[in-house]
Amino acid sequence: MIEFQSVTKQYQGGQPAVDQLTMSIDRGSITVFVGPSGCGKTTSLRMINRMVEPTSGVITVDGRDVTSVPAAELRRSMGYVMQSSGLMPHRSVLDNIATVPRLNGVSKAEARKRATELLDVVGLASALGKRYPSQLSGGQQQRVGVARALAADPPVLLMDEPFSAVDPVVRDELQQELLRLQKDLAKTIVFVTHDIDEATVLGDKVAVFAVGGRLAQYATPEEILRAPANDFVASFVGRDRGFRHLGFTTSDAVSIHPVPTLVMSAGQFAGDPAGVTDWQLVVDADLRPLGWARPGTDSELIPGGSLFRPGETLRRALDSALSSPSGQGVAVDGDGKVLGTIRAQEVLGVIEEARQVRQAAL
Amino acid sequence: MDTLAWIADPLHWTGSSGIPVRLLEHLQYSGLVLVIAAAIAVPAGLYIGHTGRGRVVAVAVAGALRALPTLGLLVLFALLAGSSLMPPVWALVILTVPPLLAGTYAGISSVDRAVVDAARAMGMTELQILFRVELPNGLQVMFGGVRTAVLQVIATVSVVAYLPLGGLGRYLFDGLALQDFPRMLAGSLLIAGLAIVVDLILAAVQRVLLSPGLKTDLRGGQKAAADLPAAAPAPAAVQGGTP
Repeated sequence: MIEFQSVTKQYQGGQPAVDQLTMSIDRGSITVFVGPSGCGKTTSLRMINRMVEPTSGVITVDGRDVTSVPAAELRRSMGYVMQSSGLMPHRSVLDNIATVPRLNGVSKAEARKRATELLDVVGLASALGKRYPSQLSGGQQQRVGVARALAADPPVLLMDEPFSAVDPVVRDELQQELLRLQKDLAKTIVFVTHDIDEATVLGDKVAVFAVGGRLAQYATPEEILRAPANDFVASFVGRDRGFRHLGFTTSDAVSIHPVPTLVMSAGQFAGDPAGVTDWQLVVDADLRPLGWARPGTDSELIPGGSLFRPGETLRRALDSALSSPSGQGVAVDGDGKVLGTIRAQEVLGVIEEARQVRQAAL
Repeated sequence: MDTLAWIADPLHWTGSSGIPVRLLEHLQYSGLVLVIAAAIAVPAGLYIGHTGRGRVVAVAVAGALRALPTLGLLVLFALLAGSSLMPPVWALVILTVPPLLAGTYAGISSVDRAVVDAARAMGMTELQILFRVELPNGLQVMFGGVRTAVLQVIATVSVVAYLPLGGLGRYLFDGLALQDFPRMLAGSLLIAGLAIVVDLILAAVQRVLLSPGLKTDLRGGQKAAADLPAAAPAPAAVQGGTP
């Protein structure tokens, strides 16, 4: 557990970068620091491993004042991942990952063995271990950065905007990987980002920082989206707040309707879509959705919307219905087989019911 | 033709003023100057490059030293301290420190600050950062300064023959005094040839010392990369320096 006790950081002759920060970070959970530029979120993170020394106040990790440990030793007990991967260009991927174990006196062979295992943990082929950082893509470099931070199996991971320099698709992938890893590892992760979406996806708790280094709100992401503590948080959380909040409610109550299907074989629909008055779902031989056939037209295949899997959130459910050309979201099972369709109208009904339940509980 | 004949003459390859002896003397003077200059400039450059402290002073002093006239300084030292071996060596050291210092400093400070920051955040001590991260990554730029300094020393060490000491410079000064132009030209060629050979050796040393991760032709030159079908695009030059 990490505690900030009235921690202030003031650089010479200016506004405090961090102002009287008092907060407690739970063990084994992901805590996200989020806020606009210059709000002190990175400074706060870097004070945990003494990359920045506070002007006043105390930070403790498991009850131990961080200043009571030599800085280098303290840092080796915490993994650190940064925005630019910060990999050492002159060392192979494997040796980069092995850095902290080597500093701790682990033998080269053993450290490399551990590094090879970690490549697998972060989803990289072991053949990449022999390459140098400049031969990797940005996403691969960030994965190596995460592997390096995990190498000495530290209880705490500090992540400073680790995914902000990669493209959105890769970022989404890396976020899901981090959540998957965290299920097994249960590290205490402190994660800094300026992206409220990333914060709500990853955080067990989110700390919103305001300019001037004040903590504006510290709560679960669900609560921050539903009940921002003040105008600053509300405006920072910004547009689509209501829509994003749906990401915290399950869609169990949404009913799935049967849908007429056409089987595609050898590039042709088996059946005649013309003359049918309803949209029909085109599927392959394994019943996986391929697209839609418009009523009363020839056999043109129209691409479908996002897929919905039962158990996902209302946000996914609504998006699936809204993005479909037929107005019906396609529900599939774990193997990708069509279960049926869901309707936007009914998703909205479930949303309203959920709101009324919350209201009644207040 | 006269010059080539002069060099080819077996008489000029033996005795206390023969080419091998002069070559050895030349290398000894150069080596002595470089060792002393490096002992001063490299630690100072490492310190300034790592900490960023004293940069302004170092640049000013280095610039001022570079402006000193070589021959004048040499004669001044000889007049003050006598025409033994060390006064001219010290004079040349003063002229060699600036390029070495600048090269070392530039090499260390050319290393990506994000890499240094990451190394520190992982728990490296300052000395570990300097020797395990900054030095290997700054090597390419540092070698630029070192090679410049070495070439400069090999060329200017000739002037000690003016004092008069040995070295290949003797052929220049003696040739001038005797109006023996083939001898002068031969001396020049020998000095130039020596400089080129030494530079080639340094280039080879640089290739060996430099991590493959820093070489710019990673894709073609690296077996490990060539074996993998989906090799990432070859990176742009990591740092400036010689190809």
